[in-house]
Amino acid sequence: MNQIFRLNNRKKETLTFYLLITPWLIGAAAFMLGPIIASLVLSFFEWDLISPAKFIGLRNFEEMFAIDPLFWQSLKVTVIYVLFRVPLSLIAALFLALMMNQKIPGIGVFRTIYYLPSVISGVAVSMMWIWIFNPNFGLMNGVLHFFGLPEPGWFSDPQWALPTMILISLYSVGSTAIIFLAGLKAIPDVLYEAAELDGASKIQQLFKITIPQLTPSILFNVIMLTITSFQIFTEGLIITGGGPANATLFFNLYLYENAFSYGRLGYASALAWVLFALTFICAFIVFKSSNRWVYYEGGE
Amino acid sequence: MAEHTINRQSSALTKFHKRKRFTPLQVIGFLLLCFFSVLLIFPLLWMLSTSLKAPHEVMSLDIKFIPNTIQWNNYLEVFQQYPVLRYIWNTLFITTMCIVGKLLSCTLVAYGFAKYNAPGKNILFMVLLSTMMIPWAVTMVPLFIIFKEIGWYNTLMPLWVPSFFGDAFSIFLLRQFIMGVPKELEEAAKMDGANVLRTLWSVVVPNIKPALTVVAIFSFFYTWNDFLGPLIFLTDPQLATLQLGIQALRTQFNVEWHYMMALSVISIIPCLIVFFIGQKKIVEGITMTGIK
Repeated sequence: MNQIFRLNNRKKETLTFYLLITPWLIGAAAFMLGPIIASLVLSFFEWDLISPAKFIGLRNFEEMFAIDPLFWQSLKVTVIYVLFRVPLSLIAALFLALMMNQKIPGIGVFRTIYYLPSVISGVAVSMMWIWIFNPNFGLMNGVLHFFGLPEPGWFSDPQWALPTMILISLYSVGSTAIIFLAGLKAIPDVLYEAAELDGASKIQQLFKITIPQLTPSILFNVIMLTITSFQIFTEGLIITGGGPANATLFFNLYLYENAFSYGRLGYASALAWVLFALTFICAFIVFKSSNRWVYYEGGE
Repeated sequence: MAEHTINRQSSALTKFHKRKRFTPLQVIGFLLLCFFSVLLIFPLLWMLSTSLKAPHEVMSLDIKFIPNTIQWNNYLEVFQQYPVLRYIWNTLFITTMCIVGKLLSCTLVAYGFAKYNAPGKNILFMVLLSTMMIPWAVTMVPLFIIFKEIGWYNTLMPLWVPSFFGDAFSIFLLRQFIMGVPKELEEAAKMDGANVLRTLWSVVVPNIKPALTVVAIFSFFYTWNDFLGPLIFLTDPQLATLQLGIQALRTQFNVEWHYMMALSVISIIPCLIVFFIGQKKIVEGITMTGIK
């Protein structure tokens, strides 16, 4: 009797659980898992939505790697972007966080200002950059002109376009800095007091205490930054449209063009899987390497 | 607890007495922080400044932050010449629906994951977490096809309906919070005969209000600033959101930068308001997601 009652209770709990998560189960099936499978299937097809889809096996992938020069260009542009943006953002964010952690007056104000750009990341900000980096009437060249410095063409110069993209990505570095700041606040004061007693310099404290203690936050930020940097799209579409001379043809931009400008839905899906694999491998390598360099309290 | 506070106060007090003067490092740090703050604010001020200039002043080689005569009219004209109210209404509608949808669905799902046990739960939770890893590029094309097939293409539906079916990040965040709600509270409610939803509403929800605020704020920013979704699913100018509206100003023959910057300022203001009202919660929110 008692056992039956308990069994019923457990069944009831199971039922309640599944009822509660039903919205997500439907959503995940319809808007996530379904599309993921569809995308995988589509990557083996050629389809423009008009004529019937044609199965072409691995030809999409063959075309990418063997024929399509723009695939390699977009891959190159994106990888360069990631390789520069991630470390630069990390260093800048760490620097800001270290300064903010110094018991400085007005810290709340600074934190607000630095986080601000992260909440207005829409088209408006991209337009702002186009205007500021306008080669003729932009603020940037106006300032450079004032100091008699050379005035580059920024987004309109194939040499400068990608570096400028990396530069503007630093505008939203504050959100990374805030995560570092939280990590810094969690470091016990005792460690610094002990180091002080042992006569360690500030630089030594930075490299022997702060950075090792901060490695979990560094890991988190590296992974988040890597993932978001691979996904760059809006800035590319709005500011440069991939140009000049494909200098900022980011991977997602090329994918979008294939899907919605050239009507190559199968090829775009295949590209999406390459991007996913690439992002996943990078995140995985970072994560795997982390037990060599991330320091966890109580480890060893 | 009380003792703890007193201890903290007294240690803060001794610290205060110890550092009446700031170290050189602090002074340099302070100045650098000020410098970078100015660097971050300047572009926004420039945007504001351009939006208040007359056209001939916009296309001038001198750097001038304060326009000769401030052209408030630019804002009026941008409303007259472009369907800005339409843009605002569409954006506001989508954003509101997304917030409501996420709050409702994610609270239910998070409650399930936090407080109920069932076979398959752990696997489902892993699936939930891993869906956060999937880049939008993977699901974009099939979603486009699906919504086109069911006749939602060129309607606002694809932009808000999915919110009513949960969002992995929000579910995860709320779950972390609901786990912290003491079981005794819920049990007391159940003793009084409250059913699952009643317990959720009257016991759990009041205890996780800060987390719900964070979810609402984050989904506000996300939806308000979303460009890709509207870009893919909408072609009718009547349905355009603010983000698409700004982009539409660009495709004119020559860009009228004073209007462009005015509309940009208009699109940013709601974000600034939400940010200043909710900034304490936001900072807590990011730190929570960053640490755990």
